[in-house]
Amino acid sequence: MRFQVLVRLKGGVLDVQGKAIETGLKDKKFNAFKNIRVGRVIELDVDGVSATEARAQVEEVCKLLLANPVIEQYEIKEA
Amino acid sequence: MRVAVVVFPGTNCDQDVVHVFGKLLKAEAFPVWHRDTDLQRADLVVLPGGFSYGDYLRTGALAKLSPVMQAVKDFAGRGGKVLGICNGFQILCESGLLPGALLENVGQRFLSRFVHIKTERSVGFFAGGMEPGKVITCPIAHFQGNYYADPATLAELEANGQVVFRYSDAAGVVAPADRLSNVNGSCNAIAGVCNKAGNVVGLMPHPERAVESLTGFVGGDTGLEPFRRVVGA
Repeated sequence: MRFQVLVRLKGGVLDVQGKAIETGLKDKKFNAFKNIRVGRVIELDVDGVSATEARAQVEEVCKLLLANPVIEQYEIKEA
Repeated sequence: MRVAVVVFPGTNCDQDVVHVFGKLLKAEAFPVWHRDTDLQRADLVVLPGGFSYGDYLRTGALAKLSPVMQAVKDFAGRGGKVLGICNGFQILCESGLLPGALLENVGQRFLSRFVHIKTERSVGFFAGGMEPGKVITCPIAHFQGNYYADPATLAELEANGQVVFRYSDAAGVVAPADRLSNVNGSCNAIAGVCNKAGNVVGLMPHPERAVESLTGFVGGDTGLEPFRRVVGA
């Protein structure tokens, strides 16, 4: 099974990369863009376990490593 | 005193730490490879600066999974003293041994320069015994040094005396909104924190690079005092 994990900074945490992109776009007169958030996509295959178990393990590694719960939120999608 | 200096792939400040403890302060300082789980009867464990695992994923994220970190956690759990500098601080936050996290610098730049840090009255074993307000001038060299913790955690840190250092000007004046002193945009201008018990301390600046007047440049040897106090020299 293939999963996609989307990791991004939590709402209240300042995303300095997003801010820099916003400034860059403004310089090119794209003034409509606001609240730009930059995240990361992690794709992974999980083999040899049931669908439920696979999802549970992905959830577990999100908490352990893929995201830092202090500053980030994650979303798991089946690809 | 026996000082274990943990070396991860990509660590590059280990010899600076060995120099301070081993050469200048005459303690027994020795490296411990990150695959090892034996801290060799250390009295103090230091996680030095560098770029462990090339900063892949997040700074310090992969290092926390190294076998040595379970030993460090057990050691800290028994009250053992652990000091994390720069990348070591990031690893301690990732491991959950210290609260908060280090975000990218507000200015979106790698900062390599001298800063002033004001010593706070804290429960930390490192610098906690120093005269509050004492200013250390030493280098920083980081991209992710912007200390973040949610408001509730920050309030707790402040109330418990867990803030060890704050970025300040040369006179020790702290102004969190001032980018000239609080260069990376850290919450409450925090440069270093400790856990509630005070036995785990982490800081972003490098006092170990300002320990001798010959090489400390503008920082002179202002960074030596907290190390000296730890060793009791």
